[in-house]
Amino acid sequence: MVNFKINNIDVSVEENTTILQAARKYHIDIPTLCNYPDLEIKSDCRVCVVEIEGQKRLFTSCSTVAREGMVINTNSPKVLNARKTIIELILANHDANCTACPKNLNCELQTLANKLGIDKNRFPTVLEVKPIDDKNPVLVRNINRCIKCGRCIDVCKNIQAMSVLDIMGRSKDIEITPAYGKYLTDEFCTYCGQCSSVCPVGAIIEKDDTDQVWEALNNPHLHVVVQVAPAVRVSLGEELGMEPGSIVTDKIVAALNYLGFDAVYDTDFTADLTIIEEGNELIHRVTNNGVLPMITSCCPGWINFAEQKYPDILDHISSCKSPQQMFGALAKSYYPEKIKKDPKDIFVVSIMPCTAKKYEAKRAEMSVDNVNPDVDVVLTTRELGKMIKQMGINFDSIKGEEFDKPFGITTGAAAIFGATGGVMEAALRTVYEVVNKEELKDINFTDVRGTKGLKEAEVDLGGTKVKVAVAHTLANAKIVCDQVREGTSPYTFIEIMTCPGGCIGGGGQPYGTTSEVREKRIEAVYQVDEDMSIRKSHDNPDIKALYDDYLEKPLGEKSHKLLHTHYKARNK
Amino acid sequence: MIEMKVISKRFGKVDPLSIDSYIKHDGYKGLEKAISNHPSHIIDEVEKSKIRGRGGAGFPTYIKVRALSKEAGKKYIVCNADEGEPGNFKDRMIMENDPHSVIEGMIIMAYATGAEQGYIYIRGEYQIAMNIMKETIKQAKDKGFLGKNIFNKGFNFEIEIRSGAGSYVCGEEFSLIESIEGKPGRSRTKPPFPTEKGIHNLPTLINNVETFANFPYIITIGGDKFAQIGTNSSTGTKLISLSGNVKKKGLYEVPFGTSIRDVIFKLGKGVKDDRKIKMVQLGGASGPIIPEYMLDMSIDFDRFENFDSKTGTGAIIVIDDRFDIFDILLTNMKFFVHQSCGKCAPCREGHIQIVNLLNKFINHRATEKDLMSLENLANVIQQTSLCGLGQTSMTSIISSLRYFRDDYFAKVRY
Repeated sequence: MVNFKINNIDVSVEENTTILQAARKYHIDIPTLCNYPDLEIKSDCRVCVVEIEGQKRLFTSCSTVAREGMVINTNSPKVLNARKTIIELILANHDANCTACPKNLNCELQTLANKLGIDKNRFPTVLEVKPIDDKNPVLVRNINRCIKCGRCIDVCKNIQAMSVLDIMGRSKDIEITPAYGKYLTDEFCTYCGQCSSVCPVGAIIEKDDTDQVWEALNNPHLHVVVQVAPAVRVSLGEELGMEPGSIVTDKIVAALNYLGFDAVYDTDFTADLTIIEEGNELIHRVTNNGVLPMITSCCPGWINFAEQKYPDILDHISSCKSPQQMFGALAKSYYPEKIKKDPKDIFVVSIMPCTAKKYEAKRAEMSVDNVNPDVDVVLTTRELGKMIKQMGINFDSIKGEEFDKPFGITTGAAAIFGATGGVMEAALRTVYEVVNKEELKDINFTDVRGTKGLKEAEVDLGGTKVKVAVAHTLANAKIVCDQVREGTSPYTFIEIMTCPGGCIGGGGQPYGTTSEVREKRIEAVYQVDEDMSIRKSHDNPDIKALYDDYLEKPLGEKSHKLLHTHYKARNK
Repeated sequence: MIEMKVISKRFGKVDPLSIDSYIKHDGYKGLEKAISNHPSHIIDEVEKSKIRGRGGAGFPTYIKVRALSKEAGKKYIVCNADEGEPGNFKDRMIMENDPHSVIEGMIIMAYATGAEQGYIYIRGEYQIAMNIMKETIKQAKDKGFLGKNIFNKGFNFEIEIRSGAGSYVCGEEFSLIESIEGKPGRSRTKPPFPTEKGIHNLPTLINNVETFANFPYIITIGGDKFAQIGTNSSTGTKLISLSGNVKKKGLYEVPFGTSIRDVIFKLGKGVKDDRKIKMVQLGGASGPIIPEYMLDMSIDFDRFENFDSKTGTGAIIVIDDRFDIFDILLTNMKFFVHQSCGKCAPCREGHIQIVNLLNKFINHRATEKDLMSLENLANVIQQTSLCGLGQTSMTSIISSLRYFRDDYFAKVRY
């Protein structure tokens, strides 16, 4: 143990603890800016400096390891002055027009400035306004707001192994940008949005599509339907002031009804449908010497990644569309028939934890009539939060409501799509029972749960032990993909999710998604599963009815037309 | 004579492109002696010599050397020849006049620490020095001083040249390491220090050219004897790059403890046209500016630390009374605006504002508040910057605020 003093408080921590960690343990607040819990220590912003007795310089508490006998002051006049000066310097080179920024009141720089009592800046602005990169359908990079903290570089390089963003130039001309100052569209960007999730300011944000939704809602000719992804119900609460891990399924339905949607549906339904189609595809591949291992296809970031970086293994990816797109296809085909409306008058909105879903919905192949997109607008969890606030809905007190029919009944298997390992577990619940023709004794496949980057499990399918794997983050996806590419993959079925923790850690989720928050959301996901009366997709009576009524059979002709897709190699 | 030629003793006497000429002038004698002893003996001698790094920071060399020798596995030795500090030309002179002394020093260090790979990181503009060093390495290799099984002692050592690309900050050790790795020159968070995690995160010893050139001499005469040269806190000699408004600009070598006045007047023969000295900048752009009345200060690491500066590179820039202090400060600060790597906030943003504030003084638009802002900002940049650049760039501002405060007041608008 190391014993030392912070602000005259005796502190005792384990060896190799930084001053910041030690201070937090003792509830001493040291402000930080570039620091982010799950990322590298960068010590670039210098905001977390503290004074160490006997030293002339100030030291960054995030990177300085506490030593025996240190006497540390975290808020001496010298420290407070330095901190304030640094924030003023940063603000002087930042587009600080806060009310014109989507991160207003949600901005770490703004909060810090407020906390440090900065109500005027001693330094004049030196901002040289540069063009905004909004040439893609998903992310907007506004360099004028960038404070060069490097979090986005870190997450893109170390978590996603993509390195799309890096620092260019030097000194005051430094810019965080794709190589050669190109646009994101020119680069191998998967649009996972993790950069936007960790950005402390509004320098990288998702493209705001809420106006399109308001317009549709106010158009009397349109029948506007909305689908809500599994991971949104355990995270939207945070956006509206609730604790991480709050389950708000019925409140979301009520709020969406209040916003004026004509029907509110659950993506969980098409998640169940995905399991039926994908499960049957897996069985088909296994029994017909098909291409194995099969890899899941629900995650649009992963699909972008595969098409760009692993074009040679595309036939390993399940041909199933994602639940979002299965819903879209049904909403523009089966659904209008059912409610006797022209498909052109149906407007489909989805609420996703994801930024890449915006791109997925715009893919040309995601259109049943080959003209109009099946999903018209994709909103992130954050954007829905914004609309709820705009409408003045008191989310805390709104009374819960139920999803609409005909896509009404969903299962626990669909609910767990939101967590890493969830799709795998849901598929195994179904595939096991279909292949082995016996009921699972324990439907909880706990081996594939949890936040470990790579997970493995073994399942008995028709007398053969089959290995499956689950990977989340693209850095981990790379590991399993390399095995597939080299033909050394020991697995039969692989689940890949782009974002850490799966969709609950998606790029469109509420800000402040740290591993701690992710754990709470995952806990909530499995809670939702446990609370469901039906927990296996193939037991969903509405799915059965859909096949009887319309689709006929899994992997059938209609399924192929509506629920399956194809992939092609891309070089950006 | 106040000069004492140790490092520069062969300047002009040996053919820099001839290893034989170097050997004839006692070259590689230090190496020969070094390898006849146990490696730990060399480190003991370096410790006894009390030599401190000649790159500016003045860190006790033996601590780094011993730290590297204790690391297992692959490790590196780097000679920092990215002499970018304005007003300095000593490293270039060593490389151009007596290049083998640097190689010899590096081989001695390789033997002492067990490193098998060395780099010389040379400032991009130093093309002549770079060509000479390349030839020198080739000659040393041909003689068997570099390569495999040197002197049949079973130790191997190779040296490669790396060229800088015009960035001042690459003289800072971690930026230099990043640059050697092929990345843009931007510093890293310390600790860990280079001797723990340097090039490719492997232990790395970085010393200045002049420091390496001292090792053969230390080994030859012994650490104790070396320690008798100079002062208690700063042993040995120092190469001084004397420039500015002096009659005889050039490189001089003096023992530590020599006064600045002696260097200017006895070696540099005083100020051109016998004008008055307005100020002297020590070390280079990142060094303090002192008034004429402080010239009796001796050249000594500890004395320099009085300026909250560690800059002991040994440049003396003499500026006569025709010049305004703000001209000098503005030139310095514009230099740092350009040379900041941009990684840490106070350095990246701070220097821009320092230039803004200086311009206010120059244009007689500054108020007393601006004076306070300048002083405050300079202190914050110095106290909080990530690397040596921002930690030393404010020395001229801070020292000028101390010794030339009247010049500021003269520009303040009331």
